Amino acid sequence: MTKTKLIALMGASTLGLMLSAGAVSAQQSGYLSILVDNGPQSIATMEAWAEAYKAKNPDVTIDIEVRPGGGEGDNIVKTRLATGAMADVFSYNSGSLFQAINPTQNLLPLTTEPFQAGVQESFKSVVSAGGEVYGAPFAPAMGGGIFYNKPIYEELGLEIPKTWEEFMANNEKIKAAGKVAVIQTYADTWTSQLFVLSDFYNVLAQEPDFAEKFTANEAKFATSPAALRGFEKLQEAAEAGFFNADFGAATYSDGVRMIATGEGAHYPMLTFAIGAIAETVPDHLNDVGFFAQPGDSADSNGLTTWMPDSVYVAKNTASPDLAKDFVAFIASPEGCDVRNEAVGATGPYMVAGCELPADVPPSVSDMLPYFEGQGQNAPALEFLSPVKGPALEQILVEVGTGSRDAASAAALYDEDVRKQAQQLGLAGW
Amino acid sequence: MSASTMAGSPGQTETRAIKRSPYPGWFFTPAAIVYTVLFLAPTFASLYFSLTRWTLFDATFIGLDNFAQFLREPFLIKGLINTVIYAVVTSGLKVVVGLLLAVMLTSQIVARGYLRSVIFFPVLVSTVGVGITFTVLMHPTQGMINEGLAIFGITGPGWLTDPNLALYSVALVDVWKGVGLATVIYIAGLVAIPRDYYEAARIDGATPWQNFWYVTLPLCRPATSTVITLSFIGGLRTFDLIWAMTKGGPGFASDTIASVIYKQYQAGFYGLSTAGNVVLFILIAVLVVPLTMFLNRKQGHE
Amino acid sequence: MKKRASIIGGAAAIAATFVVFVIPFIFIVLMAFKDRQQSALRDFSWPTGFHLWENVFEVVKTRNWMMITAFINSSIITVVSVTLLVIFAAMVGYVLARRRTRWNGLIEFLILAGLMVPPAVVPTIWLLQGLKLFGTLHGMILVEVAYNLPFSIILYRAFVSTIPRDLDEAAIIDGARPLDVFFRVVLPLLWPVTVTNIVVQSVGIFNDFTNPLYYLPGNANATVQLTLYNFQSQFSTAYNLLFTNILLITIPPLLVFLFFNRQIVAGMTAGAVKG
Repeated sequence: MTKTKLIALMGASTLGLMLSAGAVSAQQSGYLSILVDNGPQSIATMEAWAEAYKAKNPDVTIDIEVRPGGGEGDNIVKTRLATGAMADVFSYNSGSLFQAINPTQNLLPLTTEPFQAGVQESFKSVVSAGGEVYGAPFAPAMGGGIFYNKPIYEELGLEIPKTWEEFMANNEKIKAAGKVAVIQTYADTWTSQLFVLSDFYNVLAQEPDFAEKFTANEAKFATSPAALRGFEKLQEAAEAGFFNADFGAATYSDGVRMIATGEGAHYPMLTFAIGAIAETVPDHLNDVGFFAQPGDSADSNGLTTWMPDSVYVAKNTASPDLAKDFVAFIASPEGCDVRNEAVGATGPYMVAGCELPADVPPSVSDMLPYFEGQGQNAPALEFLSPVKGPALEQILVEVGTGSRDAASAAALYDEDVRKQAQQLGLAGW
Repeated sequence: MSASTMAGSPGQTETRAIKRSPYPGWFFTPAAIVYTVLFLAPTFASLYFSLTRWTLFDATFIGLDNFAQFLREPFLIKGLINTVIYAVVTSGLKVVVGLLLAVMLTSQIVARGYLRSVIFFPVLVSTVGVGITFTVLMHPTQGMINEGLAIFGITGPGWLTDPNLALYSVALVDVWKGVGLATVIYIAGLVAIPRDYYEAARIDGATPWQNFWYVTLPLCRPATSTVITLSFIGGLRTFDLIWAMTKGGPGFASDTIASVIYKQYQAGFYGLSTAGNVVLFILIAVLVVPLTMFLNRKQGHE
Repeated sequence: MKKRASIIGGAAAIAATFVVFVIPFIFIVLMAFKDRQQSALRDFSWPTGFHLWENVFEVVKTRNWMMITAFINSSIITVVSVTLLVIFAAMVGYVLARRRTRWNGLIEFLILAGLMVPPAVVPTIWLLQGLKLFGTLHGMILVEVAYNLPFSIILYRAFVSTIPRDLDEAAIIDGARPLDVFFRVVLPLLWPVTVTNIVVQSVGIFNDFTNPLYYLPGNANATVQLTLYNFQSQFSTAYNLLFTNILLITIPPLLVFLFFNRQIVAGMTAGAVKG
C-alpha cells in the first residue's frame, strides 16, 4: 500500500524506473477473480497472463471466469456491475460501450497508476470518463478492412486495390475464374457490419466533422453521401453475386477457414481474426494478406482502426492493490511478451516498450504501414461517438440478403440510433 | 365439479368457517405470496414502466412513446405480424396432423405403442437441443435435409437463410416437437367417443370418410378446442426455438414479439422491452379471449 | 383382407415416422460417436471410430467442468421448485375445491391469467434486484414456482374434487388439526396426481431455457440448457462435441419417459383439457 503510494508520488517516472519499481512491489498475495470474454484468443491470453503472474507471485490465486461476447456479454457485464457482483478484474470494450457501463460509478480510476505513463494517449482517451482513466489495453490495436487470399491473387495476377472500383474489378475476375470473391458469414450476425464500419476512414476523409455532428443529431447516415457509401458498397457486392453460396448459414469460424484455405478470396473483417487463423489453420497463416477498405479515390487510402478492448478494475473489489498490480503487469512489456508467446502477434501494441516479434505473419506486416504513416489511419466511429444502434447487424444482413436497399437501410439505422441516443440521455435528440 | 357436494351443505360450511375451518384460508398464503410478488406485482409494474425510458436505476416518464415506436419501426411491426403467422401456422398444423395421427393410432394398426412413443418423445426433449440439431440439418449446402433431397434431384431451399422461408421452417420444427402433445390429447378425446355412434353410422352404411367427417370430427371438438387454445397461446409466446435457431434472422425475417422483447432488453432499452411485453399481453387478450369464447360457445350448441 | 391393409398401413406409418421422428435422434447419436474431422461433414454416416467417451470427457471438462456445475444447478432448481410447487399447489387446490367463498371467482381468474399472461420480464428483474435475489438460485426457484403454480393448482383442484369428502371429514371429526389432516390424510390420497405433477413440472423446469436466460446470468449459475446454448459458439467447429452435449442433456428426459410414460401423458392431457 505505502509502497504503491510512494511510487505514485514519484509521479512522472520513466518507463524504466517504473519497471524496476514494479519488480520491487512484485511479491503480492491474495485472491483475484477475473472475467473475460469467451473468444479463444481472450481466454488463452488471460490464462497465460495469470500463469506468468502466479509464477512471479506464488501466494496469489487467480480464478478466470468466462462470459459470452456480443450483446449477451454486454448484458452480463452491465448487470453484474449494477448488482455489485463483478469480478475484481474484467475485460470489456473501450469507446462507446465503455461509456455505457457507467464508469465513474462502477470502476476504480487508474489515472495515477505508474504504468499509465507507457500507455498511448489515443488509447487512454477511449477509456476515460469524467477526467479519469479507467483501463489498460487488453490487446494490440486492430484494423478493420479486407483480408485477401494471397495464392488466389498470385494465380489470377491481381493487384492490391486502392479504390473501390479496382476492388470490384478484382472481384469480377475472381468470380469469372469460378471462385468465391467475397466471404460473408451471417450465422454470426455481427460479421455483417464490416463493410460499413471499416468504411469510416473514407467517411472522415470527406466529412472530417461527421462524428461530432452525428453525436449532436446533425448528421445522418441516410443524408450524408459519404456515410451512405458503406451501405451502398455492401449492396453492390451483394447484387453482383460475389458471396459464397452458404453466406446465410456460414459462421465466423467458417469465414476464417475459407479465407485461409482459399475457399474465398476476400473476407471483410477485423484484424483480430489473425489470431483465429493462427490458431485454427496455422499452416495457411502466410497465405492471408490484408488491406484497408478502399474508398472512391486513390488519393486517400487509409485504415479504419479499432482500439483494443481494455481491462478494468471493479470499484468494489476486495483487493484493489493486487488488482492494480495485475493490470500493471498486463500493460507492461513483459505482459506483451507473454501475449506474443501465447497467441502470437496480431497488431501494434499500445504500450511503450512492447515489441512485435521479428517474424510477424504477412497480414500483420500489411497492416503496420497504415499505423506508421501520418493520416493513414482514423478511428472507427464507435471511438468518436457514444452513439451506436444495436440493430445495425440485422439491418445489414437484410442488405446482404437483398431484402432491403442501402438507402432505406441507412434510414432505418438512423432511427435505431435515435433510440440509443435517447436512452443515453444525450442532448439534441 | 364439486358444486353438488357444496350445495348439499351450505349452512354447515359457513358455521365451520366461522369457528376454525378445516379448510383454512391461510393455505392459500404461501402460493399467494410467491405468485403476487414474482408474477402479479411485475405485471402491474410493467404497465407503468412501459410508459417510461428506463435504465433500471431511474425511469423518465415519456407517455406512449414506446408504443408509438413499436408502431413506427418496421421491424417491430414485422415481429407483430410474424407472431400471429407463427401462432396460426403452428396451431393449425398441430390440429390437422395431430388429429390424423390420433385417428391412425386409435385404429387397428400394428406397432401402436412404438408409434405413439416415437411421436410423443420430442415433447420432452430440450428445445435448445432440438433447435441446434435442426439448424444443422437445415444447413443450405451441408445439411442432411438438402443432401437427402439432392438424391432425388431436388435442390432444397435455404430453409433458415431465405428470409421468406425462415419463419415457416422454425414453425415446422415447432410442429415436429409439439405435435406429440396434440396427438395424445386427441387420442384421449377419440377414446371418449361412445362406440354406439360408429355402430349407428355403420348401420346407415356410412363410408369411412363420412364416419370421420360426421362422427369423429364433431365429437372430438373439445379436444380440438384444447389443442387450438394451447398451441395458439404457446405460439404467440414462442421464444426459445426461434432464439436457438435464427435469433430472429436473417435480418428481422423471423422475429416474433418475444424475440423483439429480448433484443430490446439486451440493448438496454428496458422501457421499450417492457412495452413489448404489454403489446404481447394485449395481443394475447385480443386474440385468445374471443377465440376461446367462440370455441366454447360452438361446443355448447352441440 | 382388412388385416393386410392394416399391416401395409402400419408399415408405411412406421417408415414415415422413422424418417421424420427417429432419424434426427439417430443423427445426434451418430454425431456424438464421431471425431472432429468426420463430424465436420455433418452427414448421416457411420462413425469411423468409437469416440463417444473422449467426446463426453471433453464436453464435461470444458470451461472448468462447467457441465458438472450446470447439472448440479439444474438439479437443485428442479428438485426444490417442484417440491415447493407440489406443497403450495396441493394446499391451494385442496381448499379451493373444498370450500366455496366469494374469493373463489377471483382466484380462478388469477389462475387462468397465469396460464395466459406472458411474464413481465424486466420489471421482474428489477424486483429481484431489489430483493437481492437476481442471479441467484433462490430467485430462480421462486420464479419457477410462481410461473408454474397455475398449472399445478388446476391439476390438484380437479383431482381433489373426485375424492369423497367423507375421508377428510372423518379425520376432522376425530379432532385432527387442519395441517395434520392435510399432510397425513389428504396429501397421501393425492399421490397419483402428485406423481403426475412431479413428472410434468420436472421435465418443464429442467428444459427451461428462457427464464434462466433472463434471471440467471453468469457462469457460476449456469443451467444445462444455458450451457448448451453458450457452448454453441465454443463448439462452432466441433460438431461432435456439440452433439455429445445435446445427447447428454437428452438422457434425463429419456429416463423420465421410459419410467413415467403413462403419468406424463396422463398429466399433460389432463392439465391441457382442464386448462
